[in-house]
Amino acid sequence: MILLELVRTVRMGVKSLLLHKLRAFLTMLGMLFGVASVVAMLAVGEGASKAAQDRIQALGSTNILLRSKKPDVQEQNTSSNVWTAQVYGLTYDDLDRFKHTLPAAELVVPVRETHKEMRVGAEYQASYVLGTTPEYLTVTGMRVREGRWLTDQDDQRRTNVCVLGAFAAENLFPLDNPIGQSVRAGSDRFTVVGVLETLGRASGSVGPPVDECVFVPMSVSRAWFGDTSMKRTGGSMEVESVQLHEIKIRVADPAAVLDTARVVREMLSENHAKQDFTVVVPLELLKEAEAQKLIWNLVLGSIAGISLLVGGIGIMNVMLATVTERTREIGIRRALGAKKKHIVSQFLVETVVLSMTGGLLGVAAGLAGPILIETFAKMPTVALPQHWILSFGVSALVGVVSGLYPAVRAANMDPVEALRHE
Amino acid sequence: MASERLPAGVPIAELVDIHRHYVMGDHVVRALNGINLRIEAGSYTAIMGRSGSGKSTLLNILGCLDRPTSGQYRIGGEDVANLSDGELSEVRGQKIGFIFQSFNLIPQLTVLENLEVPLFYQGRVGAESRAKAEVLARRVGLEGRLEHRPNELSGGQQQRVAIARALMNDPLFLLADEATGNLDSKTEEEILGVLDELQREGVTIVVVTHNAKVAARAQRTVWLKDGVVESVEENLHRESSVAAQEASA
Ligand SMILES: Nc1ncnc2c1ncn2[C@@H]1O[C@H](COP(=O)(O)OP(=O)(O)OP(=O)(O)O)[C@@H](O)[C@H]1O
Ligand SMILES: [Mg+2]
Repeated sequence: MILLELVRTVRMGVKSLLLHKLRAFLTMLGMLFGVASVVAMLAVGEGASKAAQDRIQALGSTNILLRSKKPDVQEQNTSSNVWTAQVYGLTYDDLDRFKHTLPAAELVVPVRETHKEMRVGAEYQASYVLGTTPEYLTVTGMRVREGRWLTDQDDQRRTNVCVLGAFAAENLFPLDNPIGQSVRAGSDRFTVVGVLETLGRASGSVGPPVDECVFVPMSVSRAWFGDTSMKRTGGSMEVESVQLHEIKIRVADPAAVLDTARVVREMLSENHAKQDFTVVVPLELLKEAEAQKLIWNLVLGSIAGISLLVGGIGIMNVMLATVTERTREIGIRRALGAKKKHIVSQFLVETVVLSMTGGLLGVAAGLAGPILIETFAKMPTVALPQHWILSFGVSALVGVVSGLYPAVRAANMDPVEALRHE
Repeated sequence: MASERLPAGVPIAELVDIHRHYVMGDHVVRALNGINLRIEAGSYTAIMGRSGSGKSTLLNILGCLDRPTSGQYRIGGEDVANLSDGELSEVRGQKIGFIFQSFNLIPQLTVLENLEVPLFYQGRVGAESRAKAEVLARRVGLEGRLEHRPNELSGGQQQRVAIARALMNDPLFLLADEATGNLDSKTEEEILGVLDELQREGVTIVVVTHNAKVAARAQRTVWLKDGVVESVEENLHRESSVAAQEASA
């Protein structure tokens, strides 16, 4: 019975709204745009934050990534002699210290980078040769596609073997299976023992793109390539000497990551006169990203609040006009037995129908928007159900809040006065 | 359920020393100044008087749209002079039928929906209200118009709908304020015919009018002057005319 009455009231409300179609439509638009923009912005925001989190997660949330960095320009000037090598960066001493004094560190992996021309027959390809230890694979989460990965034996015996990143393999051996083939780097020959799977994810935010790299045992890199490299930059030669380009530390216990990072920073500052290193802690980045998302959500919330407020004011305005216009109708209904509560619910239902229809269309538009954004702007978006349920709920709430005053005003009219109204 | 029709002669509405004063700044308008009136079941009463004599004010109080400043008003023995707004709404919805000068149908609703409004507010909408609406529409000669909008009907037809609507709740009495004031004399005659018919079937009717022709259909005319009942005229002429009609029928 109550349900039937509600259905009746809603039908009556819809009929009354349809009395002024354009007005109802325009009022709804306010709500529609408010809700649509909120839903769309939330989806874009969620997408951006998820992309950032994926990127960071790819770095390994229990990793601490150290990289050598050329010190700032002023310091460089003093020693900027063409023939004296500029010495900077992480050292073997650092590596040993980390290995021996960081109890929480599960793995400590050094990486040396050398830029080399790799030759296969007459073909050649500029490539990064990374010298590293077998644990590298565990820390980065990369996988072997074919053949095998570097072993401790390779390192101890200084065997001239190499493993190719997925793209490096494609570039150097576009036609053949690379396993067992030989590659030349400068004057040294290396036998390909394995090919890695594509990492794909933008893990390159630290270091060179790994899919394009060639991996050799640490000892080999150190023995054959040395620490000093020459680079031609704009006419002058730059000579640098870097022992280790990167140290990757994996912490066993996720709860110990931040403390370990602090200790690592302290140790580095103690032993390095210049700021010739960077420390990237993915977990810290993750926390930052989360904080950023919170701020974004707050900003979004305020924008949403304002636009819904504007929509609500629009609805209230229209409903006040409607109530005045329909004063006589109110009088008639009161004469026919309507109580105040009936009049209140009649007008409330009208506003709620108005705002919820606007909200519903807004949700639809807000869900369609991100699909367009994704296909045309190539931005990732994530539409969470709680977002549009929330937006829809808020639109209903705005309807109730903005309809309440006009409805109560209608109900409080004196029936005799209302009936006399022209 | 609907109020059963009382036997003729039983008082259904009783006004005792009713005052209705409007305070306008520092002076008081005494729109009603001690009205005593009794409406009996099955009676047909016309209220007349000069403009400003308090006719509409009286009708509003009879219809529980307004409350008297002082005095007693009993409907079917129950004192309604001091009821709350919600209780008065209930009394209107269950015991009173209104017919207005300007028809007062709700424009966005169909005839059927307009007819159902009084029962809707008593939670009695559904198959019952639909059936009842059909019966009453036939009774006022509007079968086949149930799905029309008020603006698709003539004035006379609209007033017929209004009469049917006033009967939907089986009221104790019908109240009409200048019910034919907006109609031409031919249509007026039709509407008055409908009221005559209803009265013959036992419906209690009170009309407010300026028109002697309208008042002539009633059994008695209550004359108001300055908010008091000046005189009550029994309408003997009518009795004979109705008797003549009945005789010829
Ligand atoms: N809301 C009000 N406020 C102040 N005075 C009022 C109000 N309603 C009616 N009156 C006064 O009460 C008196 C009676 O008014 P009422 O409307 O009952 O007269 P009436 O007999 O119906 O007149 P008419 O034939 O013109 O309709 C008039 O003097 C009127 O000015
Ligand atoms: Mg009047």
